[in-house]
Amino acid sequence: MSVGRSAATPFWLAGPGALLFLGLVVLPLVLTVILSFHVYDHTTGIKNEFTLAHYAAVFSDEYYLGIFWRTLRLAGLTTLICVLIGAPEAYILSRMRDPWRSVFLLVIIGPLLVSVVVRAFGWSMLLGSTGLVNQALQGLGFDSVRLLYTETAIVIALVHVMLPFMVIPVWTALQKLDPMVEAAAWSLGASHFTALRRVVLPQVSLGMLSGSLIVFGLSASAFAIPGLLGGRRLKMAATLVYDEYMHELNWPLGATIAIIVLVANLVIMLAYNRVIETRARKALG
Amino acid sequence: MSFLTLEKLSKVYGDFAAARDIDLNVAKGEFVSLLGPSGCGKTTTLQMIAGLIEPTTGTIMLDGSDITREKPNRRGLGIVFQSYALFPHMTVAQNVAFGLEMRKIAKAERDERVKAMLALVHLAAFAERYPRQLSGGQRQRVAIARALVIQPPVLLLDEPLSNLDAKLREEMQFELRRIQQRVGTTTIMVTHDQAEALSISDRVVVMEQGRMTQVDAPYKLYENPATPFISTFVGKMNRLEGIWRKGAAEVAGIALPAEAGGLAEGAAIAVSIRPEKLVLKTPGQGRIDGTIANRFFLGGSWLFTVETAAGAILVSAPNDGEEPAREGAKVALDWAPASLRIEPLAQGAAA
Repeated sequence: MSVGRSAATPFWLAGPGALLFLGLVVLPLVLTVILSFHVYDHTTGIKNEFTLAHYAAVFSDEYYLGIFWRTLRLAGLTTLICVLIGAPEAYILSRMRDPWRSVFLLVIIGPLLVSVVVRAFGWSMLLGSTGLVNQALQGLGFDSVRLLYTETAIVIALVHVMLPFMVIPVWTALQKLDPMVEAAAWSLGASHFTALRRVVLPQVSLGMLSGSLIVFGLSASAFAIPGLLGGRRLKMAATLVYDEYMHELNWPLGATIAIIVLVANLVIMLAYNRVIETRARKALG
Repeated sequence: MSFLTLEKLSKVYGDFAAARDIDLNVAKGEFVSLLGPSGCGKTTTLQMIAGLIEPTTGTIMLDGSDITREKPNRRGLGIVFQSYALFPHMTVAQNVAFGLEMRKIAKAERDERVKAMLALVHLAAFAERYPRQLSGGQRQRVAIARALVIQPPVLLLDEPLSNLDAKLREEMQFELRRIQQRVGTTTIMVTHDQAEALSISDRVVVMEQGRMTQVDAPYKLYENPATPFISTFVGKMNRLEGIWRKGAAEVAGIALPAEAGGLAEGAAIAVSIRPEKLVLKTPGQGRIDGTIANRFFLGGSWLFTVETAAGAILVSAPNDGEEPAREGAKVALDWAPASLRIEPLAQGAAA
């Protein structure tokens, strides 16, 4: 009796979560995959026939490939900038004394409490042709710069939104670090910089890895920011999918693009994870 | 000739002095322990020597040069941290080689010295392991090897054995002393464990509330504690208060023969004696009678608590293989009068 129950218990316990996962993640995904193979006709809509034409169209069209390349480039750039800003920021944060640490942690996490759409509008006001940034530049005697509806604007806003996702994992990794390890490196003759590079950095590399995976994944599929700050012309993958669904009403093509973005994202992240994690795990356990 | 000199070294945080007026001369090759309860300023003192805490006032001289304001990475001292602070992402050999690498020592010589050092701490077979694959005692030895391989003028040990279990701790005490004597490095160890300090040091510095209260060889510290605190902190001590009357110490109306000079009749005194200086005898044969309230078997010896008219007294007797008197048995206590220490109690001052 007790043996039978203990064998079934794990399934009962995992059941609700598994059902939720099946219903909300796997099922829609499968439906999207199926949808991407349907034939679409501009006059009659989606037909109950199957084709590979959408995939062929996407992969042979410079327009789509250009957007994929831009998505990859901007997500990569955002990740890089987040590492460069977020890792030192987390380090400084971990070195702060308590009242200040809590205050600055709140400053970093605070923006997450505001909707991305609101923040994107905020940036569009700041970066616009008569926005605060251009007014300041003109006040200082410089020419005004076109920022809004450029890739620069998208990257600036993405970095702003994604930074907490980098700071928090790195900060967590730093919390686990023995504070005396750095002092040990100094006592052995290492300069502050060498101690950081040889001793602290390798130990937070896993935190930086998970941070960059989150940032890259979210940036590559970001919708609101490229939509609002990139304008109509400067599209990224998610805005393209939206356009196919909502403007062209070509759902199968939209599904195709969504699946391609998902697969590309997965492949990039898994490969990245493989390369860095296996190296770091070997040393850190 | 003093090799490492601390002069009037103090560290003050606001109106709290973590360490005050530390004066210490350490000779070359000497093993000195800083002993005290937590919060007594021993670790602060060690970290000031290491350069991790900047002293408020005072100077630190090493081999004739002032290093008080020198950065820790320029002092060249070897430090073993309480947590060992090994680099978890490096192998044992890489950990030990780190200091040599920082000194830009050629690879061939580096490998040679790492190998020799790992052999000294009996870890030659573990060179390619990572710290997490080692036991506590092995990690400890890696930390010692890493600190010693740079041939530091002074080795600083911060509670090096406190993370080990009792048996391993004892083994590592011998090991630490063996390595230190072999290499001949001047060593300063911080510890709160009096047994550890007594067993491996040449000299022990006792610290209380940021001040040094006694600096002495271990056996002198044990036999002649300078303060009541030291007498109870270092080893066990029976301490009774009484008055000096007719050339004897009188405690609770009982005269205890003792040797002391220069005490006025009727002066308030404290009487103290180590448990092992007391001998159990049959009732009536000793200097004071009592009843055994408790006995503990410690392997090499027995520890008795004897209730007497003067109060509860601890007695330690060597284990001679026979079962000694049981709880409730009537006994008498005897001692050599010279081993009874008498100190005058200053009127009104804290005992």
